[in-house]
Amino acid sequence: MSNPLADMDKPDVFFCIGTNMTECHPVAATRIKKALKRGAKMIVADPRKIPLAGMADLHLPLRVGSDVALLLGMAHVIARDGLTDNSFIADRTKGGDEFLEHLKPFSPEWAAGITGLNPADIEQAARLYGRADRGAIYYTLGITEHICGVDNVQSLCNLALMTGNLGREGTGINPMRGQNNIQGAGDSGAVPANFPGFQPVNDPDCQKKFSKFYGREIDPVKGITKVTALNECGKSIHAMIINGENTVVSDPDRAHCQHALESLDHLVLIDIFRTETAELADIVLPATAWGETDGVCVNTERRVQRLRQAVPPQGEAKPDWWIVSQISQRLGIPGFEYESAKDVFNEVCGLSPIYAGLDWDRIENAEYQWPVPEIDHPGTPILHEGEFKNGRGLFSLVNYRDPAEVVDDDYPVWLTTGRRLQAYHTHTQTGRSAGIDYLLSEESLEVHPDDLTALHLTDGGFANLTSRRGTVKIRVRASDQSPPGTVFCSFSFNDVPVNILTGSGYDPITETAELKVCAVRVEPVEE
Amino acid sequence: MNATPEVQTETLTLDGEEVSFHEGETIYEISQRAGREVPTLCYDERLEAFGACRLCVVELEGTRNPVASCTTTAEAGMVVHTSTETIEKHRRTLLELVASENPDATIDPLRGFASQELNELLCKHDVQPGRFQGQLSGTSNNDDNPFILRDYDHCISCYRCVRVCAEQEGDYAITMMNRGFDKQITAEFNNRLKDSACTFCGQCVQTCPTGALGDRKAMRAESLPGKLEKTRSVCPYCGVGCQVDLLSKEDRLVGIQPAMDGPANEGALCIKGQFAFDFVQHDDRLTKPLVRGDDGELHEVDWNTALDRAAEGFRKVLEEHGRYAVYGIASGRAPNEAAYTMQKFIRAGFGTNQIDNCSRA
Ligand code: SF4
Ligand code: SF4
Ligand code: FES
Repeated sequence: MSNPLADMDKPDVFFCIGTNMTECHPVAATRIKKALKRGAKMIVADPRKIPLAGMADLHLPLRVGSDVALLLGMAHVIARDGLTDNSFIADRTKGGDEFLEHLKPFSPEWAAGITGLNPADIEQAARLYGRADRGAIYYTLGITEHICGVDNVQSLCNLALMTGNLGREGTGINPMRGQNNIQGAGDSGAVPANFPGFQPVNDPDCQKKFSKFYGREIDPVKGITKVTALNECGKSIHAMIINGENTVVSDPDRAHCQHALESLDHLVLIDIFRTETAELADIVLPATAWGETDGVCVNTERRVQRLRQAVPPQGEAKPDWWIVSQISQRLGIPGFEYESAKDVFNEVCGLSPIYAGLDWDRIENAEYQWPVPEIDHPGTPILHEGEFKNGRGLFSLVNYRDPAEVVDDDYPVWLTTGRRLQAYHTHTQTGRSAGIDYLLSEESLEVHPDDLTALHLTDGGFANLTSRRGTVKIRVRASDQSPPGTVFCSFSFNDVPVNILTGSGYDPITETAELKVCAVRVEPVEE
Repeated sequence: MNATPEVQTETLTLDGEEVSFHEGETIYEISQRAGREVPTLCYDERLEAFGACRLCVVELEGTRNPVASCTTTAEAGMVVHTSTETIEKHRRTLLELVASENPDATIDPLRGFASQELNELLCKHDVQPGRFQGQLSGTSNNDDNPFILRDYDHCISCYRCVRVCAEQEGDYAITMMNRGFDKQITAEFNNRLKDSACTFCGQCVQTCPTGALGDRKAMRAESLPGKLEKTRSVCPYCGVGCQVDLLSKEDRLVGIQPAMDGPANEGALCIKGQFAFDFVQHDDRLTKPLVRGDDGELHEVDWNTALDRAAEGFRKVLEEHGRYAVYGIASGRAPNEAAYTMQKFIRAGFGTNQIDNCSRA
């Protein structure tokens, strides 16, 4: 997030797109609810009538995967009606003229044709956000989990840049992270392009620094992404170490994924449960769970916080860092003589400019949001305040592309996936917490009541959901949350392995899977 | 973080001492800052002051009756007395009245964050229940939900639960039914919470000052031996990063309470952070290293055997297929130290950048 969570009290216009915040980030949503009560306005763009849409001043139920068209249409109106922040564009950005020129053909009528929205609603959204004193954008996976995920994010940046809604209180572009420490994993260098602290592997200075510290030459070229690595299993990739990720259930195209892991010579898995993925591993190493170990995690607003041990580990479970260090030592890799999580974290701080002012003891009270470039620096709640990291904010000339898969005669229905309030991810944890099944005992497919008759389905009955990659049987539930022609379900239940169906394509840059959209056929079936 | 200290220009007199304050501060807030002990029951600093219990009354020179300090905004030159004989007597009478309407029972602190407030006040003011021998003011409710106990015999109609639901959560799942002596907190249609707008965030439980609302999951541990410990940590689910206190008794993790001063959540939690903690000590946990045998099955082994086998496998693949053949996937759920050592294993071990995390959330 460019802005802190506490800033959610301050915008006068919220633009929430592709985020089911009341279910996925409920506590952040309570802040929005308070701001709305205070008089703030909200635009919600989401194919489904999610609870947030019910609170919005304007709900834009766009067709799944058509976000770029909506955002281009809005930008067009902002430019056409002179709602741009011209001094911000002149002082702080680059490529403004080309961008404004690029927008010309994308009229609201054009956008309406793709998104299925009313052109007047697109105009209204543009004016609401364009006229805001403090306009803030919030988004989640509904934006990134598309083949055009990067285009989506860049389109949002364009909107913020052209209206000057960045670098100030109550503004910004704010992705809400789905996992408690996905931010920290990136910060710590578990990405193919960056060393810890987002230092590029192909930057010669960074490469030298890490090669020296780790005592061996490290390639100055990016590694492959996880998605490519899974495609390469048995070809160029022969061994994997996976930490706590139920890849088989959470990743798209389950058959492909399972086959990939099976074709490895050596698979080491570190986890807390014997998951579906563990069944494919050669070695399964029991890790300590949350509450059993000390550590550091970083939330969606870049706040560095301590996790603390409250109870002893179950059985012989060990901290992840200890397990990885033990394997490393056995392979003769130097620098793994850690005695505590504190030792490890302090090493990260010493190597990462964004954590340079931090250490284990200084984060005791969780006051810091990185970057904290030196000791005595107060941290950086709001990014891009004076200037952008690379000088000027860059406009991107984005164009609309269809999803990897569009509906046709054989697969006439859009399927979109997401999460539910009570279940988390692959449900390995929430599913093992007493009482959750009282509220949510099985997965079901949300089908619009109008579609029930058309598809010969019954509310409470079963349906076979078929995509080009497989079939899943699922209970049907009538709901007007999803628009006619689009069905919805979550991926949290292993007995309804929805990710058998998904995985039609990937974003060419981030290789994030298009989990949000695929084309399916829905047919009634006996229980 | 963004709070620039307000300029404190105005002053008032608090128990004979001159105290400065900033605009909008209440007498209660000033008294708190000045270290006075003013008792409250319907007050929760996250909520708008309500002025229902009148326990926080103080004497304000120039007004005939004592005023509720939680709802009275300070003005320059006010002369305030937080503890006089009359005030203390008044508070005692109020507490006796409250006590008389409630069953005399010990409330286990596992019921909720604020559950001890009433009992502590009674204790401090040495009030015995039962001076007014009235009838009991509420009834228990038959709600079979596994999370929230509704034990209305202990309800004192402070409205904190109703207000936290409306003001903090914006959910309006609970309301007050009837008037006067029959007042009772109820869900929509006087029904089960499950059928209401309730999301089971547990906020009503944590603000209840009497334990009339209780955390059913934590209460399962009431009879466990051992002292109740609290350990500050962060919720393990989404990226909001709400701070929590882990409740434990000896080796058992028994419940969760929100951290009222958590920077991301300021006392709020959702159902996952509040109630989905017991996966940690679930029987399904992996407790021993497993290694796949020649029979194709996973077998329990000791750590040394497992770690040797893990290392040996990487060494073999390195020899046969070269250093690019080894790949690491770190977790977005494990702490930084896990992700850092994973990437170091790959970079320092093989000199490649064959590492990623599960960015899918
Ligand atoms: S249930 Fe608790 S919080 Fe709610 S009104 Fe009664 S005493 Fe107050
Ligand atoms: S309590 Fe809920 S909102 Fe807060 S971090 Fe946990 S899952 Fe997210
Ligand atoms: S605390 Fe002031 S009236 Fe209840």
